[in-house]
Amino acid sequence: MNIMDQVNSLLPGFLTADGFAGVADEAAGIVFLIMLATTIIGGIIACNSKRLVRAVAGLALCFVGVAAIYYYLNSPFVAMMQMLIYVGAVCITIAFAIMLAAPEDKVKPGPSGPLSGPLGLITAGLATIGMIGLAVKTVFPVMPKINMGSVQLIGVKLLTNYSMVFELVSIVLLIAILGSLVIARHGRSK
Amino acid sequence: MSLTILNAVVAVVAAIAFAAANAAYLVWAERRGAGRIQRRPGPNVNGPLGLLQPPCDGIKLMTKQLMIPGGADKALFMVAPVLAMAPAIMSFVTIPFSETIVAHSMNVGVLMIFAFASLGGMSILLAGWGSRNKYGVMASVRAVSQNISYEVPMLITVITIVMMAGTMNLKELVAAQAGGIWNWNLIPSLSSPLMPVSFLIFFICSLAETNRAPFDLGEAESELVAGFHTEYGSMGFGLFFMGEYANIVIGASLITILFLGGWDCPLGLFPGVWWFLLKIYMLIFSFIWIRWTFPRTTIYGLLNLSWKILIPISLFNLLLTAGLLKVF
Repeated sequence: MNIMDQVNSLLPGFLTADGFAGVADEAAGIVFLIMLATTIIGGIIACNSKRLVRAVAGLALCFVGVAAIYYYLNSPFVAMMQMLIYVGAVCITIAFAIMLAAPEDKVKPGPSGPLSGPLGLITAGLATIGMIGLAVKTVFPVMPKINMGSVQLIGVKLLTNYSMVFELVSIVLLIAILGSLVIARHGRSK
Repeated sequence: MSLTILNAVVAVVAAIAFAAANAAYLVWAERRGAGRIQRRPGPNVNGPLGLLQPPCDGIKLMTKQLMIPGGADKALFMVAPVLAMAPAIMSFVTIPFSETIVAHSMNVGVLMIFAFASLGGMSILLAGWGSRNKYGVMASVRAVSQNISYEVPMLITVITIVMMAGTMNLKELVAAQAGGIWNWNLIPSLSSPLMPVSFLIFFICSLAETNRAPFDLGEAESELVAGFHTEYGSMGFGLFFMGEYANIVIGASLITILFLGGWDCPLGLFPGVWWFLLKIYMLIFSFIWIRWTFPRTTIYGLLNLSWKILIPISLFNLLLTAGLLKVF
């Protein structure tokens, strides 16, 4: 009997290991709801704030929520990549661009385009109904936990079963690099 | 061992306490070290050797009024200091101090530390922008471009090591170096003859990533008042300060785990948490030493060092190691 077990034996019921397992099942649902709320609140901030930098901060919050959901779904590798790429690179690049381009606050222009107003509302409503229908109709099977998020397995799969996807992604990145170089060089003599 | 609420609470409290205690006493060490290097006493009045200075500073910072400048974006201004401290504490979760002292050993431990470190850039950006101060904005743009540039060679170097060890779990990375100094990643081996160079690159990058002199362009006092935290006083400033020192501890821990064999003794005797602590504090001492003996670089010199020297060398090292790993 190690020291932790001794300490546990002195605790009231809900604080012990078995009690905690019960509480943990209950808590897991609450944690999931918190993650969901984080994602949605982040998204709402990103869409509705007047200041661009605040919108980026909301976007970052949204991405953190999504990463947390990935982690919750036993996929730590994807969760960490989400943090590293979307929060660490994409959001910072956007914020960077805003700071370099528009040091003053830019108030968001009002509604414009053919889809603003009633048409937009109808589109959004149809999309929402469709999503709800899909979510209700789909059977969500409970999958067994495959492993503890092994990076090795993901690597092997990427280079065998999904090598085409892998190659296409690298081509997309190459084109992005070339495109940014072309834009950066535009109008320069040397 | 089964997980209880008590275990979780103990782990969280221990991580926060370790980070905070380190932040407080590293400031003392930094000021004493600076004093010694500049031939002056440093803080030596409060308590023996000035050891009571950090609590005094803490009380002063916490009792000061929290001022928010009139034109500032209040929400972002308040969020930024928290965002500077929180990721640093999160990273302590997966750092193994010894074979048994680790809160949660993750298979993607290396990635996790870098993922949370990338939130630091966000905090600097929001701080500079939120305080609506020209110096702040300029400093945050500088600091973030620096952080992004130095993340690249750092990650390439890490990939080299992950390739050799075949794991991203920090505990297994240390286990792969067990058994004495000749097994450490610092020492060149047949499959990676350029290991000392990688170590140097990683060391330089961690100095730059933690915004330490000679790379502290984000808070260059002579040009930008105090950089991105110009407008922060009281505990807002205190949190930035604590975040910086917590990040230094994490940087030193990462160097120790990746290159210096973690909790292993150089001769293979008595491995344990004491070796880990000894190594990280020696590294932190060298950080302090470098800060007070090198002049600050310029922003162009800084970016050129990363893009024109460190990245090509680390890429070459990556290709060489990959090739040699196939051969041997």
